[in-house]
Order: sequence, then C-alpha cells, then structure tokens
Amino acid sequence: MTAQRLISGGRIDRNKIIKFSWDDCWMNGHPGDTLASALMANNEKVIGRSFKYHRPRGIMSAGVEESGAIVTIGEGAKRDANVKATTQELYHGLTAFGQNAWPSVRFDVGSLSNAFSQFLAAGFYYKTFMGLPPFEWGQGTGTWMLYEKLIRRAAGMGTSSREPDPDNYEHGHIFCDVLIVGSGPAGLSAAAKLSQTGLDVLIVEQDFEPGGDYLNQSTTSVKYSQLLENINNSDIRLMTRTTVFGLYDHGTAGLLERVTDHLSSPSAASPRQRFWTVRSKHIILATGALERNIAFGNNDLPGIMTAASATTYLNRFGILPGKKIIISTNNDSAYGVSIALANAGASVKLLDARTTLPSKLSHTAKGHGVDLKASAAALNASGSKSVSGLEIATLNEEAWVQGGSEDCDLVLISGGWSPIINLLSHRGSKPLWDDENCCFMPGSTDEHIEIAGAGIGIWELSKCEVSGEVAAAAAAKALGKTTTDVKKPSSNGWSEKIRPLYEVKIHGKGQKSFVDPQHDVTANDIKLAHQEGFISVEHLKRYTTLGMATDQGKMGNVIGIALMAEALDKNISSVGTTIFRPPYTPVSLGAFTGRNFNNHFRPLRRTPMDEWNISHNATLTDAGLWRRPWYFSRHNETIKEAYIRETTTTRNVVGLCDVTSLGKIAVQGPDATEFLNRIYTNPFAKLPIGKARYGIMLRDDGIVLDDGTTWRLAETDYFMTTTTANAARVMVWLEELLQLRWSDLKVHVTSVSEQWAGCAVAGPLSRDILKSSIETPNLASDENLPFMGVIETKLKNGVPCRIARISFSGEMASEIYVPSDYGPAMMDLLWETAEPLGGCLYGLEALGTMRIEKGHVTGAELDGRVTLEDAGLGKMASNKKDFIGNVLRKRPAMVDDYRPQLVGIFPKNRKEIFNAGAILCNEDNISGLGEGWITGVTYSPVFGHWIGIGFIAGGYKNWISRGAIAADPVRKGNIEVEIVSPHMYDPKGSRHHG
Amino acid sequence: MIRIQCPFCGERDHSEFTYGGDGSIKYPALNAPIKDWLAAVFHRKNIRGLQLESWHHINGCRMWLLVERDTVTHKIESVRAAHIDFQKILKV
Amino acid sequence: MTRFSAWNVIKNGLSNQKGWDRQWQDCEPKDQYDVVIVGGGIHGLATAYYLAKNHGIKNIAVVEKGWLGGGNAGRNTTIVRSNYFQPGNRQFYEHSLKLWENLSHELNYNVMFSQRGHVSLLHSPSAIDTAARRYNTMRLTGSDAEIWGLKKLKQKIPHLNYNVNARFPIMGAAVQKRAGTARHDAVVWGFARAADQRGVNIIQNCEVIGIKRDKGKIIGLETSRGFINCKKVGFSAAGNTTLLWNMAGLGELPIESHKLQAFVTEPLKPLLDHVVVFGVGGAHFYISQSDKGGLVFGGDLDSYKSYAQRGNLPIVQDVAECATSILPCLGRVRLLRHWSGTCDMSMDGSHFICKTPLKNLYLNAGWNYGGFKAGPSAGWYFADLIANDRPDGVIANHDLKRFERGINIDERGAGPDPKLHG
Repeated sequence: MTAQRLISGGRIDRNKIIKFSWDDCWMNGHPGDTLASALMANNEKVIGRSFKYHRPRGIMSAGVEESGAIVTIGEGAKRDANVKATTQELYHGLTAFGQNAWPSVRFDVGSLSNAFSQFLAAGFYYKTFMGLPPFEWGQGTGTWMLYEKLIRRAAGMGTSSREPDPDNYEHGHIFCDVLIVGSGPAGLSAAAKLSQTGLDVLIVEQDFEPGGDYLNQSTTSVKYSQLLENINNSDIRLMTRTTVFGLYDHGTAGLLERVTDHLSSPSAASPRQRFWTVRSKHIILATGALERNIAFGNNDLPGIMTAASATTYLNRFGILPGKKIIISTNNDSAYGVSIALANAGASVKLLDARTTLPSKLSHTAKGHGVDLKASAAALNASGSKSVSGLEIATLNEEAWVQGGSEDCDLVLISGGWSPIINLLSHRGSKPLWDDENCCFMPGSTDEHIEIAGAGIGIWELSKCEVSGEVAAAAAAKALGKTTTDVKKPSSNGWSEKIRPLYEVKIHGKGQKSFVDPQHDVTANDIKLAHQEGFISVEHLKRYTTLGMATDQGKMGNVIGIALMAEALDKNISSVGTTIFRPPYTPVSLGAFTGRNFNNHFRPLRRTPMDEWNISHNATLTDAGLWRRPWYFSRHNETIKEAYIRETTTTRNVVGLCDVTSLGKIAVQGPDATEFLNRIYTNPFAKLPIGKARYGIMLRDDGIVLDDGTTWRLAETDYFMTTTTANAARVMVWLEELLQLRWSDLKVHVTSVSEQWAGCAVAGPLSRDILKSSIETPNLASDENLPFMGVIETKLKNGVPCRIARISFSGEMASEIYVPSDYGPAMMDLLWETAEPLGGCLYGLEALGTMRIEKGHVTGAELDGRVTLEDAGLGKMASNKKDFIGNVLRKRPAMVDDYRPQLVGIFPKNRKEIFNAGAILCNEDNISGLGEGWITGVTYSPVFGHWIGIGFIAGGYKNWISRGAIAADPVRKGNIEVEIVSPHMYDPKGSRHHG
Repeated sequence: MIRIQCPFCGERDHSEFTYGGDGSIKYPALNAPIKDWLAAVFHRKNIRGLQLESWHHINGCRMWLLVERDTVTHKIESVRAAHIDFQKILKV
Repeated sequence: MTRFSAWNVIKNGLSNQKGWDRQWQDCEPKDQYDVVIVGGGIHGLATAYYLAKNHGIKNIAVVEKGWLGGGNAGRNTTIVRSNYFQPGNRQFYEHSLKLWENLSHELNYNVMFSQRGHVSLLHSPSAIDTAARRYNTMRLTGSDAEIWGLKKLKQKIPHLNYNVNARFPIMGAAVQKRAGTARHDAVVWGFARAADQRGVNIIQNCEVIGIKRDKGKIIGLETSRGFINCKKVGFSAAGNTTLLWNMAGLGELPIESHKLQAFVTEPLKPLLDHVVVFGVGGAHFYISQSDKGGLVFGGDLDSYKSYAQRGNLPIVQDVAECATSILPCLGRVRLLRHWSGTCDMSMDGSHFICKTPLKNLYLNAGWNYGGFKAGPSAGWYFADLIANDRPDGVIANHDLKRFERGINIDERGAGPDPKLHG
C-alpha cells in the first residue's frame, strides 16, 4: 500500500498541522483526522499484531469494527490500551504505540508463533498442558499452572497501567420523548421530520462529526446541510462523540460521552467521559450497517480493507489509500468505491463474484476507467508486511478455479453488509436471516423502537433518508403526534442481487483465511469446530473464540456462521446467530463509576457529635456506614491502654458514650401497643407510660432479627431503639408488616434515627451527672427515674430531652436523647460535670469490653442463625401471646438441647490471650466443625485477664469440668479454655439497679 | 432500568425501590398451624410470566406497592398501593 | 476416540487436524433409558458421568433443551473455592474442590483449573474475626485457609487500593490458596466427552414439554423429540427447575429465580494474579483475570425476581464502583460485555440434592451463587443418590424438608429471603 494525502478534498483542515507520535516517531496530521487516517497519510502500514499468531496487521476499516489497527494511547497512569485507531480523534501531542509485540509491531519476535500455527488450531489448549508432555502424565494442577504463566503472558492484548487512573468521570441523566441513535441520512432525516412535532428529541452520534455516510460523499450533500440547519434551528439536542452503548428495560439507554479524549490539554475541570442514563419514550435506531470481509488466503495482510472504508479515507480524509487497487465484491456497493478511486487517479480493478453484473453501474464504472471482471474474486494475497499481489479466482460452473494473479498495493473487499442490530439484540429480539440481502435483519419487538436506514437493509442513501422519515412518523404517531405521510422506500437500492459469498478457496488447496482477524480465527478453525461437534453457534463461538474479541464479532461473525452452515449443509437461518450483549463498543469502568469511588465509594454517616468527639481526641472506626468513636486516647495510650482505662473509669466513676447511631423509630397510633406486642417476643401490652422495656424481635422463621429497648412516652406513642446494624432493616420490616400484612392496625412508624442524638451516661456517678445536667434535678432520682424508667424533660441549657435508665454496660446508666442539632451542646453539658468528677469518654472498644463482661449480645452473636435459646434469652419468649416467629421457632432442630448456646470463656492459663473467630473444640478432638465458636474477646479489667463470649454445644452447663480448646489455626494456634456462664460480671445485676 | 409508576410519587427508576417478594402470599395468623407458616415463608410459586409482587419505595415515599410485572419481559401491567386503605383513597 | 495429549496435538498439527473426532455424539433419543437427566449443564453432565463411572449404570441420557452449557455453566464468573463453613456445605464444597484439582486428568480435558488463590479483602478487626471463624473451620476440616496481614497482602497484590483515606481501608485478607478459576465451557465439554465415552447419550435440542406420571411415579418424558420412557429421572436444570417441577404436577419449591450479571473487560496483559473479593458497606464484588486476559467480575443480584437473561444498569454501575475502588488502575479499562444468568435462589442460600414426592424423581437445584464450583461434587452426590436411592450423609440435610425440621443451612445468616443470599 502506498497511501498518499491528496492536495485537496476531504473534511480535514490542511492549514493546521497536528503533531503526534507513533512508536516514538513524530508525524503530522490535520484537524479532522483520526489516528488511523493520519497514520495512513504517513504511509504507515503495520499498526498492530494479532492476538495468537502475532501476524502483522494494518488498517482494516474506518470505524468501530476495526480489528487490525489496535494501539495503546498515552503513557504512565493515562495509558489506554486496545484503542481502535480508526475511532481515535487526532490531537496535538497524541502518543500512540503498537502493542502485543516485542520489540515493535514492525519486527515482532512473537511472530515466530505464526510458524507453529498449524499446531495452534482452535481449542488446542483444551487438549494439552495438563501434565507432562507428550502424554500428559501426572496428577493435579501443577503442570498446567506452569504453562498457564506463559500462556497468560502471551495472551492479553495491550498492557494497562497499574497506577490509579488520574481522570475524573461524571454521571448525567436525560429524559426525552424520542431518542435517535445515529446521525446519518436516516437519523438526521428522522430528527428533521420530528422537529415540527414539538416532541423532545435527542439525537446521538458516536463520531465527532454528525452525518454518518454523508461524510463519505465526494461533495457535501445539499440535503445534509439542510437537515443539519433544520436541526440546529430546532430544540432537538444533538450529542456527538457519544455512543449509545446499550438499551435496557423500559426505554432506558446507556450513553458514553467522550468529553476530552480528543483534546491535548483538557481543562482540569472537565471530566474525561460522561456516562449518561437516558430515559426515553420512543427510540429510533438509525445505526447503519457494517461492511463485511470475505475469507480468502492471507486476507489479513496490511493493505486489505473493507471497500467502503476506502471511500471514507478518500472523501472524508483526503487520502488516496493505494495506487494500484483491486476490489473484490459480491454486491453493488463497491461500484461507487471503484469509480471514486479511479476518479482520484488510482488504477482500479473490480472483481465481481456475480456472473450477471448490474448493467448501469458497470457501464458507468467502465466509463471511469475501472477494469471490471465478472465471476471473479480475491483468492490469495501475497506480500510480507503489506499486500503486494493478489491471486484471483474465477468461477467455473459454480466452483472457484485459479484465475491468474496481479500486482497491487491495496485490496478492498465488499462481502456484503450487515445491519447494526446490536442494540435491538440487547432487548432480547432475535435477528432474522435474510437470504435476499445476505444478512441478519432486526427481529421483531413489541417495545417502542423503530429502525431505519441501512439498519433494516436499505442500501441507498436517498432511500435511507426516506426510511428515517418513515420511522419518525411512526414514533410521532405512537406519541400522539401527527406528521405528513411518508411512503416506505420501494426497494433496498441495489439493482442486482447480492451473491452469497463468504469464503473463496479452491478445492483441495490449503490456505490461511481469517474469519475473525482479531482473535486469529480462521476458516479452518470453523471447520475443525464442526468436525469436533461444536455445531451450535454458541459452541462455535466459545470453542473458536469467534466474535469474542474487542469488536465483539462486528467483523467476522457472519462469515463464521455462514461457514458453519456450509459445513452442516444447512441454511444460515437454521444455524442462527449468537446474541449481541451490551456494550456496543467498550466502555471504561471509570465512566460507570463516576465519582462514587475511593472515599466516595459509600456515604459516610457521622453523628452530630462527630466533630465534638474528634476534638476530644477520639480515634474513629467504621460501624457499617457510620463512623463512631473507637477509643479516646490520652497521653499517647495504645488502644488497649485506652479501653482498659475507659472501662475501669466507667465501672468506678462514670463514662460518656455517643450512641447516636442506634436506630430510632417512632411507633405511634391507637394500635401501637398491639403492634409492639406482635413483633416482640416478650409482652408489651402492659408496659406503663414512662417505662422502657428490652425487647427481641424474631424473623418469620423464628431466628432472632434484632433487639433493643422501646420506651412508652404516652398512651399511643412509643420510641423504639434498634441496633446500629439493623436499623434500616427493622424499619423496612415494620413498614412491610403494617402495609402488607396488618393494614387493619392503625399505627404509623417513622424513622427518627437522624432526628435524635444520643449519649449513654454509665457508671456509679451517672445519676449525679444527670442531676446536674437537667433542669429539674429531682427528676433523676431513683424514685422518678428507676431502672427502666423514662422521662421527658429539659436539659439545664433548655434543650428538650428524653432519658431512659437502661444499661448496656451493666453499670447504673442512662441514655439521653436530644434533637440532633443539640448533640454537641448536650455533650458539653454532660462533660462539664463528668470531667471534674474524674469521668471519661468511652468508645466502642470499651463498650465491647463491658458488654462481654456482662454477656450482653450484639450483632456478632445475633448473626442470623441464632435462636432466642441459643442467645440465652429463652425467657424472653412469652407463652401467653402470639408473636412473629413464634410458630416456626419451635421446629424440631431449633429446640434441640445440644445446639450451641451462649457462654463465657476464660483462658485456662489466665495469662493467655485468645481470639474471636476461634473454634471451640473438645479437648480430645481438635478437628472437624467443632463444638462452638468465639464471637468476642477482650481484656477484662475486672477479672485481670482475657475473657471471651461465644457459643458452644449444649451451653456452659454441658461443659462444667470439661476441657475445651479455642482452636485458631489461621492466627494463634490452640489455647486451652474454660467454659463459664455468659454472665461473667455482676450476674445478679445489682450494679445497674444502683 | 425498570420504571415503576409509584401511585404517590410518579414514574421512578427501580433503583429507588427495593423488591420485596411474591405479593400474592397471604401470611397466616400468628397462631396458625405450622404447615401454613412453612408454606408462606418457604414456598414460592416462582412464576415465569406475569406475577404480583411487592416493591418498597425505600428511597422515596417509603410506601409498599403491589406491582403486576412480567418476570421475563419486565413489563409492568399495574401498580397499586399495598395498604388497602390507600388503595381506596387513591381510587376516589 | 483420540486421546488429548501434546503428542496428538503435534501429530494432528502435521496432518491437518484430521484425527480429531466429534467430542461427543449427537444422539437420537432412544425409547427407553434407565436414567434420564434433564439439563445438559455441568451438573447434569457430571451426574451422568459419575452414574456411569462410579455406579456402572449403562443406559443413561442427558436431555438438553438447547445447547450444552447454555445455562449458567457458560454465564458464571468461573470461581472455584470451598470457603463454606455450614455443616454439609463445608464437606460438600471441599469434596468438589478435590475433584476439581484432578479434573483435567480425570476427564482428559484441560479445564484450566488455576489454583491462583482466592483473596477476600477484610476492612475491620471484627471482619477479620468473622472471617477467622469460617477459615478456622476450613482448616480444622482439612482444607487450606489463611489470614493475611496487610504486609503480606501488599507484597502479593501491590496495586490494590491501600489508601488509608479510602472509604473502607484494607486491613488484611482471608485467603484460600487452593481456590481459583477454571475455564467454564471446557468443564461442560470435558464432562460431555467423558460421559459420551462411557456410553451416555447426550441429546441436545431436546426440550421436556410434558411429564407422564402414574400415581407417585414418572413413566416417561414428553420431549420435543418424542416420548422417552425412563426408570429414573433427575432434574438438573437450574433456572428452569420450577417449570419442570410444575410439569411434574408438583407444588411449590423453596426457590425463587433471580438474575445475576457477569462482566468481562477487554483483554489485557497479566494485571491480576488472584481472585479478589470485596465485600464491605453492603458491597459484594469479585474479580479475576481470565487466561485470555479479560478481567471477569460480578457482584450482587439485580435484586428483583427475573427470568430475563439480561441485566440492568444499576448493577453495572455498582460493580464498576467496586472495581475502581479496590483497583484504582481500572478506571481506564473498558467493559467489553455484560450478560446475565438465572440463579435459583433458595430460602437459606444452600442447595437441594434430594429425593422428591415422586418415587423415581430426584432433584438437584437451588444453587444460588454456588453452582459452578459445586459442579463436580453435585454430579458425584446426585449420581450416588440416584443410583442408591438414599442420600449420602454429606447431603442428608440438603433436602426439601429441611425447613420443616428447622434446619437452615445459611452461610450468610440472611434468613428466608432468596434475594439476600447472593
């Protein structure tokens, strides 16, 4: 191929130079160029190397189906592998590199594999690499994994960066009445037709210039200019550099907009790409068609392209791609190509596989100096890194025979056209084979989708325009708008029928002809798949990897299916096709992510006291989505030193803890009592006003769902607290019960988790703190606020509050809640009193220590598999009323005495430490599933050694005087332990009663 | 994206909702025989085609809805409030 | 049948690949079989293979309504692991992993089981403890399991997001080294070829359209290719189990069909050498790199019941967010294809291999997320059940009546809500 930029013509701006580099060599291009056109203008031939055989590959097309010119763009963190040069707009300073080759795509050591290609047929890797060669001796996966290392290195395509992607991405949302995909003749005509209807229309174009096939014409069409003007003067939105990559349910489309990929120095404020979600009422697919190759010998050599792409390079980019050109076709479309190239000064030979030629077209072609030959086709290309000659086959009674050879520097192929039906396939519509046009046509759909233009096999530009208007009229009608009538185009625009032609070969003669060039799938691979029984198209695809490369079968699928049909002696329609999946063209993960990653991966929930805690030296930790104080280090204490001090201080003096993250639900209404009585296992019917009660909820299946306290504030007004972890789930559950099951109950539930800030005040002096913090100190007396008592009052600073005397730590304690905004003010007030008394602030770690000492359960114990009895809470089940879960909790295996039950755990040697997550085993059988497990451990300041909480078969009474082992092979090994009652500290609860 | 016509909020993306489950299940009385509870909790018709199902507009009005939806095509035939009283109010 | 070996690959390379036979015969259905397995996925084919191999049953058919491996066998993310810890599941998946380890040799088919290690990231001390319980159980039952600290993890996978300002900073990982990935289609074809060699009839494009019963027994199957008499029938048709169940005139199952998407990127040179799992803040994400170079990943169910084998955008966004959050270099990597399969989600997240109300009908169903890795073992135990008409101890509780007995084999503790068992 000796390509050459012409001195005039095309849609490029020759007055401006764009400098770019290709494999470290600087070159010139012009605005309006793609990387591929600029490389072609610089007469670069080998742009890529193939996946398996490392064969040299050049530019094969001018669009998204490109399977040869695949390169890496950029360096460092911005390196972008596997870019199709045909779709990359040129910009100043663009740096592109060849990939999958060493040292370069021009001289690639890997091409040695081409010499062994006969051994590397489809699926060869399923047949070997299992064991030691040659007979695959051995067992296990060891040998395979050695091979695998080498195979992985050889496979893959480009190399991606391992550095974090430095770019930003955005998400956007669009609503419209009609989404038009494609701005070619059909799409623009459809849009223009809709411009009068008042409908909200969005037209989307993947290219950087709207126009589609209009851009490939030798002169700018007047119609094109009119349509664009019409659209520009209307409210229609036109997006370029944007791909509709997928259609989803209910008229939703996914779009990728490439915002800065064509800019040399984008503004830092610009995202690189935007992912748009479009919700439309109607969709018009004007997506066009892709030209197909034909399988013939060495049809992958650089210098062999699809025929229409030559017109694109000529008319859009002002490049004459070759001087001595042979075109091989089986349909009318290549005639125009031959004429245009001949007019541009090339010597053109046109081989038409058909015996009857279109009379008018052939007359015109001949008139322009095209050397026309009927019943002929490309048979075998020659040349080392670029095509230099072509053997020609001629038809002899329907069989191909050798027909001489000719020198050439460019071979163009038109094997027919395939409508782009990908988007419709995304909707589950099965494509239908059309014998007349030799292509898959869009199948039927009952969704609101129209298809126009080459997408339904209309091959002539003016007819595509009409087809676009027809689609627009249908869309308008569906949306209740009227337009002037348009008649469907009468024909597809071809004067002579296409001849089915997928492979050209001479019987008995071997050749390497590629079907899917990107994955190096050859015609022989298809035949081998057939021979081995992989005859379903899906098996064919999977066995040969046909259509699984980055073009997703755009280039080779139809040929592969046709060859399988031939091998099976069936027609193509009965072989069928594989299903196209989204995305239509690959989409960066960054675009899907938008800004929701790294520290914005999930929302961070902070309590109103977050800053207050931090300013008091809190170290924070995650609790679900919440951030909570973990411990409050003083004088560089370690976490252990801190939590021991906090625990000791709280048990001996007083401690304050931010408990805002607990779930809080207002349960109100005349039937609130009845409701609570049904959802909690224990009775709530007689809970007096001004009292709180600890309650447990079960799931329908009788397993513990959650626990917490519920406070009765008034006759019909309750304040429920849940665990932090289950707050959302419990709320949903209550709403489900009230709306779906018990709509007769007059109860309203409102999540007030975010309305109330909470602080636990725990320790012997907690009452003193309360007294000096509320307006009426006497309300905090033991009479007015007994254990489980509730009061609503005001803090000394006038802030309204609700207080319940409840204890999680086991000390005399209260929880105080104030409206969220007053959280810090409450803390100031409480701390003002607590600090001088020698109190402390405590975090989750000390909270954990105290609750383990007490044997109180949390989410670590209530893990969704535990019954009331397992958790040692069997007494919480009322036998005087019905409640959720009561029936199913009595199933046999759930009431088995030997189920693991809650216990306390001491190390036998009190100096030893053990871990949560250890498995409790019988001391003489440290293996198998074990007898139980440990859910929490802590150093207990009360006991002066480590203690734990967990479950063991039969409960602690079953383990009195029996030795157990805490087995922790993944961390610490085995420790001998003693199983004790879970109520390790103050079992009678005398302390919290105060 | 499935688009659900919430009777309270209008047409919204399904990502605003959470799917509940089979909306045709009638949960038995709290003291019903165990076999009724086993059936309601563990057994599913698992319809391929049009089914009645519950959705919760969790990031919207927090109302539970009953939706008739085809489990193959995802087409929605009807949406109504799950709570019987709201159904009545919305009908008026 | 030509044996698969380097020797024969070279020999055939020199002779135009002429020596390779069909990997399995496309059989016409016979009038009568001793056992008919409905469903030509990994489970069905493995069942047929082990029925023939372990139990010497001769007259077996596998009927498949489409093409072999067209269901979830060809739609999953190919992860093989045994990090289950509930009674029954633990032994079952460990047995499966052991079968996987020698499967290529067993079948004389390279299923490319790559024991590259399965690394679950941990983000808090309590998550480490929770993982330790599971991984300790694995170790105590003879499997391999490790907890890696941050230092070791950084050494092994240096380009994860170790930023301490990440929303959930990584603190360590729970690792099963023997776990990894396999080539999913190869497993289907390997079992098909090996079963075929042992005389199993593989019948594709044969859809069961009716089931003929005589009281409590199946007489035969009405199929799109004629009536087939059968002495025993095994259902192994994930995604279609309920349809078959109804056809057999049986009631409801503890199963709901949901859709699970899977994703692959463009092929890249080696970037990730392990299976990495990320699950914190409600996220659920797993990723590995195929031998061809594509990053294969997946996440949660689409969360609503569906038989449509195509996904929707919210989950696409969700998995992308996970991907870029743990591997920030993936921002520029492009998604090539996403698709979806129908998962039969059960009420406790565990499977059923069991007898049924019909005397000669056996059920293999409800695989949730676990079907691919379970394949060999499911075939093994299902064959055993069909051949001996009684369940092995390992699957004794994996029956339909376990809920009645009060047994929930619930790995996640999510309760009887199928969509929560992803």
